[in-house]
Amino acid sequence: MNPEDVTSPPSAPSSAAPDPATPRAETRRLEVGGARDEEAPIVQGHAVTLRGLNAYYGETHAVKDVNLDYAANRVTAMIGPSGCGKSTLVRCINRMHEEIPGARATGEVNLDDLDLYSDGVDVVSVRRAVGMVFQKPNPFPTMSIYDNVAAGLRLSGTRGVNVKERVESSLKGAGLWEEVKDRMGQPGIGLSGGQQQRLCIARTIAVEPEVILMDEPASALDPISTLKIEELILELKRRYTIVLVTHNMQQAARVADTTAFMLNGELVEHASTEKIFSNPDDERTEQYVTGKFG
Amino acid sequence: MTTLPAVSARRRITDRFMRSLMLVLTIVAIVPLILILYYLIREGIGAWNADFFTTDPTGRFLGDPGGIKSAIWGTIVMVALASLIAIPIGVGVALYLVEFGKQGTFAKIVRYFVDVMTGVPSVVFGLFIYIVLVVTKVGGTFAAWKGSVALSLLMLPVVVRSSEVVLNLVPDSLREGALALGAPRWRVTFRVVLPSALPGLVTGSLLAVARAAGETAPLLFTAAFVFGTQFDLSQRMNSLPLQIFNDVSQAQDRLVQRAWGAALTLVVLVLILSLVARLVQRRSRLA
Repeated sequence: MNPEDVTSPPSAPSSAAPDPATPRAETRRLEVGGARDEEAPIVQGHAVTLRGLNAYYGETHAVKDVNLDYAANRVTAMIGPSGCGKSTLVRCINRMHEEIPGARATGEVNLDDLDLYSDGVDVVSVRRAVGMVFQKPNPFPTMSIYDNVAAGLRLSGTRGVNVKERVESSLKGAGLWEEVKDRMGQPGIGLSGGQQQRLCIARTIAVEPEVILMDEPASALDPISTLKIEELILELKRRYTIVLVTHNMQQAARVADTTAFMLNGELVEHASTEKIFSNPDDERTEQYVTGKFG
Repeated sequence: MTTLPAVSARRRITDRFMRSLMLVLTIVAIVPLILILYYLIREGIGAWNADFFTTDPTGRFLGDPGGIKSAIWGTIVMVALASLIAIPIGVGVALYLVEFGKQGTFAKIVRYFVDVMTGVPSVVFGLFIYIVLVVTKVGGTFAAWKGSVALSLLMLPVVVRSSEVVLNLVPDSLREGALALGAPRWRVTFRVVLPSALPGLVTGSLLAVARAAGETAPLLFTAAFVFGTQFDLSQRMNSLPLQIFNDVSQAQDRLVQRAWGAALTLVVLVLILSLVARLVQRRSRLA
């Protein structure tokens, strides 16, 4: 890959494969003077495409031959009843699925045109390129607020970064800076649930991934914290490609550009959120979104 | 108005009987403990004075029998060396079992042998070191470091098992959170898992130390018995359990009383260790 490609003029968003091992390609798109498009990307994100993805837990076939395109700088919601494989599918994108004993996955997960499952791809680099926010906030209990955010950099061995500045910008990016700037030395687990989850988001964006996976990030939170997370997701998509697993269909309707419906490990339908909730092609999708099952 | 049946007489009687039974059994279990402490203090406290802790046993048949200074220092030195050997290895084995070996065949075999080691009587460890290191005259015959090795063998399975339990208490969500940030597994282990488990690891290790401090058999044929205080690990070294063992078998009341005093000292040392372990445990974020 020619290094010129990733620093190409902003007018032509790079389609070159980002190498997960190299720092994030900051391909900035200049906003046209006077344009007030609040959703315009600030940093060009990267697309993820799944081709023939299968995932197993031992003998259980949890994800069945899924083909799916996640557009850059878009929020894609994954909906479906419990156990339909949506979390498993998302965990295949950053190869966390294989951490579970007996679990394996086959098929392709392409970040732009790099297959994350091909030989020679370091799983550690994959996870730096594809960040993840979990259902239950999981700040590191032995670390302060500051160290929790810096942990992303320290744990991944990132060098040559001003940690202090990165911590501040990440906390601002996660909308938590104003609430914690005077108590950075206090333990991260002393924060409220919603704050903890935003701390985890700050920790994730501190590594500057290409894609952020969110596995029901608000399901353990109260409505106001949920609202803050949703606003944050809309802000984050200007820099990142976001995959959002959710049980909450209103949430999908509020924040997602496109929505994918899964059932029994299969992808039933993927279309614009508006279409999924108003006029889906598949009968099962309609039954699910109208609350007839699941 | 709704009425619900009252508690039947039979249930009330059974309840009272079972509660009383459990109370009696609890008291039966505590009585020996209290008696031990009572006799230890009653017989041992009389032996305690400044000279008792600051002089070595003289070994003279008549006159002043001396104190237990050499025994206290010997126990501290040998247990410290044993801890230096057993704790790093034990925690390392536990880390391997929990973080890397998991349910693999090799991990299962290791776990089985650790369990077997836990059940091996301490005298067997003493004999083993006697045969392997003392009889073969590796660096002389009886030596303090050989006693430490025997003690460390005794401590090892205790450290491994307690550390394994504590490491298993570290929630997987923390490991996943760290791995998802792009951390290699060794960094997850050292930067996230170990610090989270540290208080529990300290507690488990201190309990193993306390256990080793009270063992007689592993030292009997390895470090042997000597009167004077010395810190040369290649020489014979005295220890509290051996001092007690020797004194109790003497026919003189003064020596038997010294044994009581030494026993009380040993119990107080172990008690202090247990208290420290408790304090550390209380600060744990996991328990």
